[in-house]
Amino acid sequence: MSSIPASAFLALALILFCIGLYGALTKKNTVIVLISIELMLNAVNINLVTFSKYGVAPSITGQIFALFAISVAAAEAAVGLAILIALYRNKKTVNIDEVDTMKN
Amino acid sequence: MIFTGEFLAFMGLALVAIIGGVLLLNLNKVIHMVVALIFTFVAIAGIYVLLSAEFVAAVQILIYSGAITIIMLFGIMLTKHDDESEAKSGKWRKLFLFLGILGFAFAVYIGIYNFNVEQVPTKLHENNTLQIGEALYSKYIIPFELTSVLLLVALVGSIILAKNDKKKEADKE
Repeated sequence: MSSIPASAFLALALILFCIGLYGALTKKNTVIVLISIELMLNAVNINLVTFSKYGVAPSITGQIFALFAISVAAAEAAVGLAILIALYRNKKTVNIDEVDTMKN
Repeated sequence: MIFTGEFLAFMGLALVAIIGGVLLLNLNKVIHMVVALIFTFVAIAGIYVLLSAEFVAAVQILIYSGAITIIMLFGIMLTKHDDESEAKSGKWRKLFLFLGILGFAFAVYIGIYNFNVEQVPTKLHENNTLQIGEALYSKYIIPFELTSVLLLVALVGSIILAKNDKKKEADKE
């Protein structure tokens, strides 16, 4: 049996989620904001895999959900980066606080 | 608490992951931040191995520390990357954000700090990939196919978004 309590994994996921949240809310470069969001998704994946082993009814389903979350995160990163490049072509900036207009 | 090898491995991996995240917040150059996050992703793969999810660990290394990091590096290099991303926004805003996140972390920590369910012996570590494959192709076949559609849509959509529309620009000029 494992000697590590489940709360240790949950606490690690919580710390990583908080780091990602702080980075996403304070950083100026849009690429860093995107990658902070990836870090938050990773923390959620740790929770899913933890509960697939330590839950009341452990099963493989948590790992499968983590795989789905990873694929959706990859698609999100690609689309986000495409939007970023289109934005850079139009406005010549990647700073997130200079993108404050909805007009062309 | 007994200092078994598993516990020491967990502590080392968790330390590397958190150090990578803190470096992401504190480094100045944008590329250094992304490279620091590779450490975090690889350490999280190790955490998955500890949780007897070997296939998810392999996928994590392939997708995150391979694909997503490289795509982010491309994004940085295709845009303006020589400026250092230091904070010009107000100190008060950062302070309040930090306090808010600290409150959130504390609230969640109260919920999880003595979370303890009785451990049931699992068979997740035996033929992990085989189990995942069987579940994916029997119980979760429809979400699996929908994921392929989603990836195709993301591929086409991102190409269309990032495509250099020379004709339109020529029309503008």
